[in-house]
Amino acid sequence: MQSDCGQARLEEGPDGTRITIPGDPMAVRDGLQALFDTIMLRDLPEDGRGTAEIVLAEALNNIVEHAYARHQGDIEITLQLSVSGLVCRIVDTGSPMPDGVLPAGKLKPFTTDDDLPEGGFGWFLIRTLSRDLEYRRDGNTNLLSFRLDMGQTAH
Amino acid sequence: MELVAEQRGEILVVRAMQDRIDAAGAIQFKDKMRELTQANNPRVVLDMSKVAFLDSSGLGAVVAVMKALGPERKLELSGLTATVQKVFRLTRMDSVFIIHDQLPDGMRNAV
Repeated sequence: MQSDCGQARLEEGPDGTRITIPGDPMAVRDGLQALFDTIMLRDLPEDGRGTAEIVLAEALNNIVEHAYARHQGDIEITLQLSVSGLVCRIVDTGSPMPDGVLPAGKLKPFTTDDDLPEGGFGWFLIRTLSRDLEYRRDGNTNLLSFRLDMGQTAH
Repeated sequence: MELVAEQRGEILVVRAMQDRIDAAGAIQFKDKMRELTQANNPRVVLDMSKVAFLDSSGLGAVVAVMKALGPERKLELSGLTATVQKVFRLTRMDSVFIIHDQLPDGMRNAV
């Protein structure tokens, strides 16, 4: 099954759900909404859906903000539901991660209201909520993969 | 980003009408909140009961709004939905805001 949502392309098949979106914030918002309306994700328990939306949003926002800071490109997201949870693969053709590794994602400490952090939460959330997080640079492509626990309802 | 504000005594109640505060809308949210909070209300309550999703950019924007209020004024939050609550809890930002389960008594019909 194929459908269009703006410039995005969504495919739902037996091997999972794949969506390709332009690397911009509005496309990320629309793409996430399209993904979470698919048959595969619609019926997940609310907690699992929430977790998946947080992690996917952070990963995609990071690509838009950093990997595609200097040039435009698409992002391809593939999701598969299995007994081990929701397996997510994200591919982009933007700049590589600095030093080829994922950020540590540590929360910045704060003591007073004045130095409250306004950012740096993204990788912390991804690392906290995902399992088997892996990053690889392959030619001019970034590949990010991770797994999300979906509780006992994974099927 | 639609925000509806109403004055209740010394409290300004702002209701977020959109279902998400995300990277695509965070700057607009911040700017709009800054406009709405220019009058010197000592307390500002942001009702987030319609907001189903907030990402780290949205969280950063809410923190920025609180900091912009200055040390004398507080930003209080109300009606956090499950996923929004999770983001606040994991990042420990739930410890820096006054968070109400729902709008405090007498304010429920405010907007």
